[in-house]
Amino acid sequence: MAHAETHDPNTPLEYRSETGRLNILGFWIFLGAEVALFATLFATYMVLTHRIADGPALGELFEVKSLLIQTFLLLTSSFTCGLAVHEMRRHNVKGLMLWMIITLGLGLGFLYFEIQEFLHFIHEGANIGTSAAWSGFFVLVGTHGAHVTFGIFWVTMVLIQVAKRGLTPATSAKVFITSLYWHFLDVVWIFIFTAVYLMGMVMHHG
Amino acid sequence: MKWDEFFVTGDPMIYGADVSIVLTMVGILFYLTRYKKWKWLWTEWLTTVDHKKLGIMYIVSAVLMLFRGGVDALLMRTQLAVPEAKFLDSQHYNEIFTTHGTIMIIFMAMPFLIGIINVVVPLQIGARDVAYPYLNAVSFWTFFIGAMLFNISFVIGGSPSAGWTSYMPLASNELSPGPGQNYYLWGLQIAGIGTLLTGINFLVTILKMRAPGMTLFRMPMFTWSSLVTMVIIIFAFPILTVALALMSFDRLFGSHFFTLQGEGMDMLWANLFWLWGHPEVYIVILPAFGIFSEIISTFSKKTLFGYKAMIWSMLLIAGYSFLVWVHHFFTMGSGAAVNSVFSITTMAIGIPTGVKIFNWLFTMYRGKIQFTTPMLWSLGFIVNFVVGGVTGVMLAMAAADYQYHNTYFLVSHFHYVLIAGTVFGCFAGLIYWYPKMFGYKLNERIGKWVFWLFTIGFNVCFMPQYFLGLDGMPRRVYTYSEESGWGPLNMVSTLGGFMMGIAFLVLVYNMYYSFRFAKRETTGDAWGGRTLEWSTPSAMPPFYNFAKIPEVTGLDHFWRQKQAGKVEKLTAKDIKKIHMPSNSGVPFIMGSFFFVLGFGFVFDWIWMAFLGGIGVIGTLIYRSFEYDDGYYVSVEEVLETEKISK
Repeated sequence: MAHAETHDPNTPLEYRSETGRLNILGFWIFLGAEVALFATLFATYMVLTHRIADGPALGELFEVKSLLIQTFLLLTSSFTCGLAVHEMRRHNVKGLMLWMIITLGLGLGFLYFEIQEFLHFIHEGANIGTSAAWSGFFVLVGTHGAHVTFGIFWVTMVLIQVAKRGLTPATSAKVFITSLYWHFLDVVWIFIFTAVYLMGMVMHHG
Repeated sequence: MKWDEFFVTGDPMIYGADVSIVLTMVGILFYLTRYKKWKWLWTEWLTTVDHKKLGIMYIVSAVLMLFRGGVDALLMRTQLAVPEAKFLDSQHYNEIFTTHGTIMIIFMAMPFLIGIINVVVPLQIGARDVAYPYLNAVSFWTFFIGAMLFNISFVIGGSPSAGWTSYMPLASNELSPGPGQNYYLWGLQIAGIGTLLTGINFLVTILKMRAPGMTLFRMPMFTWSSLVTMVIIIFAFPILTVALALMSFDRLFGSHFFTLQGEGMDMLWANLFWLWGHPEVYIVILPAFGIFSEIISTFSKKTLFGYKAMIWSMLLIAGYSFLVWVHHFFTMGSGAAVNSVFSITTMAIGIPTGVKIFNWLFTMYRGKIQFTTPMLWSLGFIVNFVVGGVTGVMLAMAAADYQYHNTYFLVSHFHYVLIAGTVFGCFAGLIYWYPKMFGYKLNERIGKWVFWLFTIGFNVCFMPQYFLGLDGMPRRVYTYSEESGWGPLNMVSTLGGFMMGIAFLVLVYNMYYSFRFAKRETTGDAWGGRTLEWSTPSAMPPFYNFAKIPEVTGLDHFWRQKQAGKVEKLTAKDIKKIHMPSNSGVPFIMGSFFFVLGFGFVFDWIWMAFLGGIGVIGTLIYRSFEYDDGYYVSVEEVLETEKISK
């Protein structure tokens, strides 16, 4: 709970209140639970990946171009998110806002291409009910996409609070926590990139 | 959907339940209005973020669920008392064993223990509240709403009937049509959110909120057991979340995770379920181990024997708990190599558990043992739990398991560990910390009656089931033939079951009797305790727990202070203003929206689920924009509460 405290001037703003410190630690632990959640989805996907029934093979429909655009957008957004937190630590609200809004733009771009890709797959005759393999694909990748969507709304809400209240120990802890979340989604994407798309295409095209 | 499909109809027992539900609701509404209790209910309970009150609400809910699950159990025992009985038909019997198992594990055992953890752990570590008091209220309300959603199934829409394990394809749309199975999926999903949040909350609380001087290896054993339990929750519950979501997708959106069509894999469900389900078993036993450790130490007047060995055993058990899940389906074709590995890990988990048993015995050795009711439950635990443990090792041998699998031998085994371990632990903890929660003890004489009735009834009920199992009686059958020869032992078992039911009623009577007549405690130290929760000057700690945060110098700090005659007395100059979190009605409202969401999905009314979802998100946004830093309790108020003159 928040107390007025004395601290080292080098302590980042987000760590200056007791609430901030507790919330950040709690969020790290929550990310541990998220790792367990995604690990379960990955394991499910890998068990089911060859069970395509009468539907198309996964690698058959994957497209390199869309994959690379999505990957580029999301990885860049993680970098700009890092820049935003860097600006926050310099107490530069404008810089924080600017880089975070760029991050959100890149996140929206990622979602646009992901949705396009899903629509393309559905058009080609692969949807969540086509086969066990496609169920695994849509739910794993879709859960990640749902996380990104949630993240976009969440970051927007936090930015509104920063705009209204400025940078305080409370608002800066919120920004920092959303940044942890955003980077985590980036990490998950790297696993999806490898385990779903690369392996899928290599298995299919040899 | 027609009304006669919406409400369950046709069975006189269900109509009886309808009537009793309506009468109870009317009675509660009448009482609250007649005695003008609405405001009290809202400000003192529904909006509270005080860990002690939330703990009490958890425990009250769990006792109600124990009643519900117990009635289910007695209905089953009645049906099985004689061969070819016509009391329940097969569908009704299936529904009852499904709700019995689900309710007892998810909505009774876990909340009972989480309730005790809520009340006790912050006090044991010398904290004024948990790390996230608001989140704690969210945890409670999501649990409570999940439980209510699951419970209304038997009068609205019909109960699930695929067993608490809900194996696929039995639980699929084709074989379990209708809303029953959806109640299982959404009731557990919503309650599971609360459990995960509890896991995070208490892990951070224990890691970060301990009183100065309380290093990790100076923590009371119950706090240690809670810490380990929270770690298991954090890694196990996301697996359940995913498994339930995937089955929901199979049922609602036609995906093929566990179905027979589309090359889905039914065994994947069994694996995911038990990957969560086995750690779950330890989630409900480790806190009970912690409770027994506190009680045995207190009433032997000795420090716990092998404190560090106890901790390392628990950590080992926590690790192993994720490595044994296949032993739940040795017979389902995993092959000899896989079965051997899991057979060995399963037997290995008996070693740290055995270490703990010997530690409790050595704690008592040469101790001055007081036979209070909590101590009786602890002693009963050791004897009966070992019976469950030994038969567990028998089941762990994969080759032999082909004989025991799916028989009453297994049913008896897990009741011996879950009742003698978890339920005895819940009762022992409830009685032990009752004066901390309510300011008076439960009557000891009636308590001893409860103990003997329950323990004898328990053995009369379940011991015959080992032999029924060895004689080949399968579990989950609604009746059996005269020629099977299982009639007499089943009758004995049923009589034991009813004895346990009577013991439960006597326990409830004891709560009423003690409320009326028990001597009120005048100090905070009702039993001659050893840990910080007993060091508060008043029997029930004030809402801020400690006027002055204690400084801890070692294990059993309070006990050693008492022995040295150096218990600190608070003086006016020790008192500073105290920061506390504000109450909030949002968690309750969020829970209500979760109910709308879950109910919508149960009946596949997507518009309703959507509205509920909007409501949940709305409350999240509201909370995000609310900057409430709590408030300060003034020095004057603390002085007055603590009865210290200036």
